[in-house]
Amino acid sequence: MIAFEGVRIAWAGAGRDAVRDVSFEARRGAMTAIAGPNGAGKSTLVRALLGRAALAAGRILVDGADRVALDAPAVARRVAVVTQREEPAFPLAVREYVALGRFPHQTLWRRDVGADARAVAAAIDRAGIGDLVERRTDTLSGGEWQRVRVARALAQEADALVLDEPTAFLDIAHEMALFELLHAIAAGGQAVLLVSHQLNLVARFADHLVLLHEGLVAAAGDPGMVMDAGTLERVYGWPVVVTRDPAVGAPTLVPLRGGRRSAT
Amino acid sequence: MRTRTWLVLVACLAIAAVAGVALGSVPVALADIWRALAGQGTGDALARTIVLDLRLPRVALGALVGAGLGMSGAALQGTLRNGLAEPYLLGVSGGAAVGAVLVVVVLGASGGTVPAAAFAGALVAVVTVLAVARAAGGRGDPRLLLMAGVVVGAFANAAIMIALANAPANTVRGATWWMMGSLADADWTQVGWLAAYVATGGAALVAMARQVDILALGAEAAASLGVEPDAASRRIFLAASLTCAATVAAAGLVGFVGLVVPHLARGAGGRGHRTVIVASALVGATLVIAADLGARVVLRPVELPLGAVTALVGVPFFLARLRRLA
Repeated sequence: MIAFEGVRIAWAGAGRDAVRDVSFEARRGAMTAIAGPNGAGKSTLVRALLGRAALAAGRILVDGADRVALDAPAVARRVAVVTQREEPAFPLAVREYVALGRFPHQTLWRRDVGADARAVAAAIDRAGIGDLVERRTDTLSGGEWQRVRVARALAQEADALVLDEPTAFLDIAHEMALFELLHAIAAGGQAVLLVSHQLNLVARFADHLVLLHEGLVAAAGDPGMVMDAGTLERVYGWPVVVTRDPAVGAPTLVPLRGGRRSAT
Repeated sequence: MRTRTWLVLVACLAIAAVAGVALGSVPVALADIWRALAGQGTGDALARTIVLDLRLPRVALGALVGAGLGMSGAALQGTLRNGLAEPYLLGVSGGAAVGAVLVVVVLGASGGTVPAAAFAGALVAVVTVLAVARAAGGRGDPRLLLMAGVVVGAFANAAIMIALANAPANTVRGATWWMMGSLADADWTQVGWLAAYVATGGAALVAMARQVDILALGAEAAASLGVEPDAASRRIFLAASLTCAATVAAAGLVGFVGLVVPHLARGAGGRGHRTVIVASALVGATLVIAADLGARVVLRPVELPLGAVTALVGVPFFLARLRRLA
């Protein structure tokens, strides 16, 4: 659904490429996760997908078509993105905000009011924000705001859902609920692409894990395979052990004490 | 926004309009206004002339100027994600004034061509302000954009003074009065073409209101919703500049209306920009009619410049907003 092919992105004035030779695909019906240390290039890939970072080499395919050949609404009808941060300059009612997700489906003259209303109602229901719809966006807590943003992306009814650190402000219950929701969305046939620092949750939920390190793909594949202590120690520069969680049997990363962050 | 709030806004506008027609150096009784409007020749001929030829076009022009500035300010604030943005402080009005003064003084133009020249001047100003702000470190800091706007406005002022330096004395007096903002020369022809410009620009802004909502979320969120931030911003600046430039051509520099009005519209419960822009048209019309009424009656029979009255209202408001920002 979303395929990165040999993608290289260079920031003007930066010493090294932000990402280089990155190739992987986020398939329909699967949850693909991108992990890696700060500055590894995770969010840069999301920005490139949004057309906010120019590719120095390679291409990004959306549904088989080169992203640059599609106009912005066409991309937005196929791929819904929840970026890392978003601060509205002026408050909106939550329902109005979620309804903005329908924008790529509307033109100045034509909009399907019934389909829009159904999509917004379904998104509100699925994201579990029914109790927030009458609130204003500037009165929400960090976690509420994050769930409202997910609802807006769901209202887009795109075939792919991309989220950059969606659980950063969420408590355990809301974090688990969101991962369960993403899992269900993937099981329903959509492609889910997730940037996350939560390796242990990713190991339990994702079908495919891409580990980035200094702009390169350090490892990619089944999370059980990628979650290798040697690989993770090298990538994160911190001593770790990988064990099996006794309760659920998933590979679990445990960072050890007494390490020293190497200066980079 | 609730229906009741809309009714209150419309009622305020109606009250301001009636007061604007009735009050002035010569008060006109409501009954005489009614007779003049109804076309009954039985009333006082002087009252009829005052109402139909002086006050009514003046109130109509004021309403259009206020509506245009309010809508333009609301769209600029949302698009630039900046509650301090407005055409006057951003130098857009100043650029429009340069365009208008040049065609009036150099070419001796009048009527509908003046707003076209003002529009060209406004566009040059918008492009310059954004380029200066970007060169100085991006659009992120709202104060940077305002500084760029103030500098471009000062440059526009200088350009106007140079243009006027060689102009005949009566042109200079007219132009000076106009630079301070005035509805004194209102006539029905002017009302006609300003209505056309404001309706065109305003309709475009209302049509793009959802894009303003999305741009107000930030560039990345806009891109994720299928809005190209730069292209969409350019279209909105174009429509906002057209609307603002036409008001400058008609009434000169009326500052701070575009700043204050959108905040009042939001305060009245406007959230999405479709609501905020339409409500800003109503509130702006009310505010300018009221300010012009104040300009006419406070030191009667001396008339104050309209721009000075709106600045007296707007500057304290601006300082309060700036304080909140700092």
